[in-house]
Amino acid sequence: MHELSIATAVLETALKHADGRPVMAVGVRAGALRQVVPDSLMFYFEIVARDTACEGAKLEIEQVAPGLRCHDCKEEWSPEFPAFRCPACGSAAVTITAGEELDIQYIEVDDEEAACTGRR
Amino acid sequence: MHRTKVRVVEDALDANNTIARANRDDFDRHDVKVVNLMSAPGAGKTTLLERTLAQPLGEVRVGVLEGDVQGSFDADRLATLHVPVTQLNTDSGFGGECHLDANMVRSALPSLPLDEIDLLVIENVGNLVCPAEFRVGEDVRAMICSVTEGEDKPLKYPLMFRTCELVVVNKIDLLPHLDFDLDKFIYHLDQVNPGVKRFQVSARTGEGVEAWREWLLTVMARERAFA
Repeated sequence: MHELSIATAVLETALKHADGRPVMAVGVRAGALRQVVPDSLMFYFEIVARDTACEGAKLEIEQVAPGLRCHDCKEEWSPEFPAFRCPACGSAAVTITAGEELDIQYIEVDDEEAACTGRR
Repeated sequence: MHRTKVRVVEDALDANNTIARANRDDFDRHDVKVVNLMSAPGAGKTTLLERTLAQPLGEVRVGVLEGDVQGSFDADRLATLHVPVTQLNTDSGFGGECHLDANMVRSALPSLPLDEIDLLVIENVGNLVCPAEFRVGEDVRAMICSVTEGEDKPLKYPLMFRTCELVVVNKIDLLPHLDFDLDKFIYHLDQVNPGVKRFQVSARTGEGVEAWREWLLTVMARERAFA
């Protein structure tokens, strides 16, 4: 259910970098630990992007699998289940190495069209 | 048409986090510590605050920022406690935001009596998902999970349970009437956030609330994050 808030944040970041140019695509990296449902994010993005330079832009979502590393025994693994204890030694001293990403990687803009459709 | 790919690499929540840091600077400047209190709707945030603030918290002057989608029901309940309560509604836009973000808290700063309080408790909007994503300038994040919510909640909302450094397990007075398996809940909690500090309380009877009050005092003793 937090996809609406995230779609809005993605839109604002994309518009900032688009600088008024029409946006054709927005590339987002979403770590599995952020619990973002891609279909839901695309649905909301389409709605919040209406009447902005991102209207109709394709949201290209790359999902990143979670990665964890144990400080004590150096085990590295990718949990399928939200369990953050080391499966090898039971330690709780675990670092997340992947899966917390929620960033905009790129936007694709049309450089030729008149640049005045941005909302902000 | 000429398509150009522009490399961005920016956290989607950068804008929020920047404002959160500005809030934090303002809180620090006024020597105010801030607790962001989160939970599902109905877990007992307001009841716990009523119980917590019924007596003075040592020498600490407490203020409350009430985040709600609509209305001032919670603020009205706290109004009898002789602590400054500020209402913050999120119902601009369509339907109202289901969480507080840094900008909303920033908009409330002018109405907060920062020179007259030492500790600000921000009661976030009841929700186990969105509030976990949005920092608001707090020193510490705490959450309440009540035993009526089921022992699987840490597994269903790991982001929330991982982001908090304290989990208050509320409504333990109801345990004799429920199938809730407290050991299983604790096991799930430790899977998601191993060793996280937890208190078992009943905001209704007051059982265990003193431990939470003492924990709030330890927050006061913390160093500032920004010198």
